[in-house]
Amino acid sequence: MTSNYFELTDQPIVTEAVIEKVKRREAGAVTTFIGTVREFTNDKRTLKLEYQAYQSMAEKKLADIGDEVYEIWPDAVAAITHRIGMLDISDAAVVIAVSSPHRKTAYEANEYIINRIKEVVPIWKKEFWEDGTSWVGDQLEKTHYPTGEPWKGEGHD
Amino acid sequence: MIKVLFFARLQEELGKDNMELDTAGWTIDELKNWLEAEYNLDGVTQTMTAVNEEFTDGSHILASGDTVAFIPPVSGG
Repeated sequence: MTSNYFELTDQPIVTEAVIEKVKRREAGAVTTFIGTVREFTNDKRTLKLEYQAYQSMAEKKLADIGDEVYEIWPDAVAAITHRIGMLDISDAAVVIAVSSPHRKTAYEANEYIINRIKEVVPIWKKEFWEDGTSWVGDQLEKTHYPTGEPWKGEGHD
Repeated sequence: MIKVLFFARLQEELGKDNMELDTAGWTIDELKNWLEAEYNLDGVTQTMTAVNEEFTDGSHILASGDTVAFIPPVSGG
């Protein structure tokens, strides 16, 4: 797979362009997941978000997830674009497209990808609330990684 | 020299996104403990660590020219 199937951008994501990467004659299904900026989390209002990334590693990890998908579902083709920088409410933060001959694989692989992004891709979200800011995934409040390494994924041993 | 990268909350706490350190031969855990003590860098011992863009564990020994990145829990997607 070429590397531009898995990329970061500081520009608005063109969903159709991500879909076009995975369309092919063998496919009978294309699933698209669009992760968007949510205004309310419980009762807390978000004004805007900033995404920061370790860009070179993040693109490599997105491609690794693509490899995992290929190991689990050899007939799936995936493309992922994640946005970085400042985003407004309802902007697309990530677009994931998966094609496969039959729909079950396209659905399953797509959900697998977003779950893995949230585990291993070095991208961080900063919330700008009405009453301040915070980095989500704050290591004092959420998941800890006592071994220093994340879970390696189903496609690996 | 070792290049060390900081992101998200660690970057804000430290006030910079990278530093160059002469810590070849140290383990990741030794480096984390030193940074925590030297810079009062809260939570660095709880982060994931990447060396040259691959995740590794605390016993990994650093070599000159390595790039180390401390990866707080991620929140993409």
